[in-house]
Amino acid sequence: MARASTTQRKIVVTVIAWIIALAIFFPILWTILTSFKTEADAIAIPPKFLNFTWTLDNYITVQERSDYFRHFMNSVIISLGSTVLALIVAIPAAWSMAFVPGKRTKDILMWMLSTKMMPAVGVLIPIYLIFRDWGLLDSRTGLIIVLMLMNLPIVVWMLYTYFKEIPGEILEAARMDGASLGKEILYVLTPMAVPGIASTLLLNIILAWNEAFWTLNLTTSNAAPLSTFIASYSSPEGLFYAKLSAASTMAIAPILILGWFSQKQLVRGLTFGAVK
Amino acid sequence: MTTTIRGLMGACCLAAFGAPLAAETITVATVNNGDMIRMQGLMAQFNEKHPDIEVNWVTLEENVLRQRVTTDIATKGGQYDVLTIGNYEVPIWAKQGWLLPLDDMGADYDAADFLAPVAQALTVDDKLYAAPFYAESAMLMYRSDLLEKAGLTMPEDPTWDFITEAAEKMTDKDAGVYGICLRGKAGWGENMAFLTAMSHSMGARWFDMEWKPQFDSPEWKETLDTYLNLMTKYGPPGASSNGFNENLALFQTGKCGMWMDATVAASFVSNPEESTVADNVAFAPFPHKDGVDNHGNWLWSWNLAIPASSTKQEASKAFVAWATSKEYTNLVAEEDGIANAPPGTRTSLYANEEYLKAPFAQPTLTAIENANTQHPSVQEVPYTGGQWISIPEFQAIGTAVGQVFSAALAGTSTADQALTAAQTLTQREMQRAGYPK
Repeated sequence: MARASTTQRKIVVTVIAWIIALAIFFPILWTILTSFKTEADAIAIPPKFLNFTWTLDNYITVQERSDYFRHFMNSVIISLGSTVLALIVAIPAAWSMAFVPGKRTKDILMWMLSTKMMPAVGVLIPIYLIFRDWGLLDSRTGLIIVLMLMNLPIVVWMLYTYFKEIPGEILEAARMDGASLGKEILYVLTPMAVPGIASTLLLNIILAWNEAFWTLNLTTSNAAPLSTFIASYSSPEGLFYAKLSAASTMAIAPILILGWFSQKQLVRGLTFGAVK
Repeated sequence: MTTTIRGLMGACCLAAFGAPLAAETITVATVNNGDMIRMQGLMAQFNEKHPDIEVNWVTLEENVLRQRVTTDIATKGGQYDVLTIGNYEVPIWAKQGWLLPLDDMGADYDAADFLAPVAQALTVDDKLYAAPFYAESAMLMYRSDLLEKAGLTMPEDPTWDFITEAAEKMTDKDAGVYGICLRGKAGWGENMAFLTAMSHSMGARWFDMEWKPQFDSPEWKETLDTYLNLMTKYGPPGASSNGFNENLALFQTGKCGMWMDATVAASFVSNPEESTVADNVAFAPFPHKDGVDNHGNWLWSWNLAIPASSTKQEASKAFVAWATSKEYTNLVAEEDGIANAPPGTRTSLYANEEYLKAPFAQPTLTAIENANTQHPSVQEVPYTGGQWISIPEFQAIGTAVGQVFSAALAGTSTADQALTAAQTLTQREMQRAGYPK
């Protein structure tokens, strides 16, 4: 009886999981399918699922019109650069908060998180003026800095959560053995927190890759990443859905593939410390 | 060591004196539409004429472009040398001193050839501040086969009463055909573009001469009642989220009997490669209320302007002059056929017999010529405009009112509630902005 109900429960849970997964994946699937349709098929009512004339024309048009590789390289450099810079700043910060907490540590953590609650557009003009005066507009350096700052609260929070799980005694032992602060963080803490750091790194790359406010507002052409590449195919007057879908597919493909390969690491990192 | 240094110095000298003169690069911000993309494909011809100017294109979605370009020009960021902006922005930005006057574009430019209503909307203190690249008005596009089946004939100058009758008779919901498709998506350039033009054609106005909002007037009541009646009875489901593209898709797939929108749609719906109803499309002027001599005064143009902060003004002017010249029209005609020339800006294009063969050419010209942006309403008004009001606050107010009207279309409020809310919020915003000024 118990076994039957367990099996039944398992089936129900599996079906629900599949439905949710398909619902989440459906927009991506539809974008990919639309990218292989003609513009006429893309707007057909009722929508055509697989029974349309498959074409690669949209990809050819997008390739001819835009320099995909330049946008792609900008995305790679900006997302990797901002992530590495964020980790360099966040690891010592999270170390101090996790292992040497002060009276105000919790307040500082909350304050850091509260900066994420303000709409980005609220600080657009001041940042734009600073970037203009420092010559950082349309530069990859500028975007690396601003994306690092935008994602820093999340990175610090994630690392803080992982570091809290590591027994402080191990670090204490290292100190007893004469390790300096730098060596303690670099050779003792970091290797132990590799799964946490890896998932933070991956999540931050995804966040930076998909960022579409600062990347659109602070770039024109030299530093423009894939978000601007997609934006150039959106049109309020004219039906270019198939081309837009092709551009979107090309923009999300690299990060989707990265997500697939690292999903084990990502899930492990995100659920780390969830069960206590 | 010495040899190495000498060698390096020599190489530097060679590099300095031997390199050809560097081309000047100008950055052009533009929107993603067919005409602009076509121009990007014709850059080789521009470079033949101006080998010393390199053009760097930045193509963005219209709303992103507007936000991006406004930020840059207001902060004198200097990221762009040529901007693609609408005739809504041009007078406002020109008065701020943000744009370079374009009054010395060369002897053969022939600025007098621009259609008068289009040029007028871009002129401040007798100076042209942007060169029109293409222009559009609004008109009625309808299915002649469905109208005939309904036993009606389109009058030369249709009224809203006729539109209501035709919408009722053309609607066949079982067959998935709706009598009328109109914009419902909230936004100053979305449903409010249509509703502002419609209100003008009903004899309404946004403000009286003291800048007091007029949503409590009988003319606005009639406008909103007519719109909601048409759309709820004869419109497609989910119309409150429909904009230009959604209606274009519906019309092209045979789901709409009539559609009133920008004239640029005419070339799409009559193109058999894109539209399933291309053979049965006909055009008529934007409707009006019986007794009101006003067709909405919808006039939009995409224009090329040069920010005053650009450090490459001469190169930018050379590009703008080329892109908006008669020579460019001829170039498009040679490469892609005259029907693909950017419409609505030059009188000379409409003198071309070949161009007039396109079914949309004459109706577009008539619609543009009838648009009067200087006196958009039959009543006295303190503003210029057409499907928008030429004040900087209109973007915010128009979008807020658009949300209220879109909610009424979705059925979450009545017409009266929507008009009261629109009146209150507009009055509040205008007071905050310091009107009357």
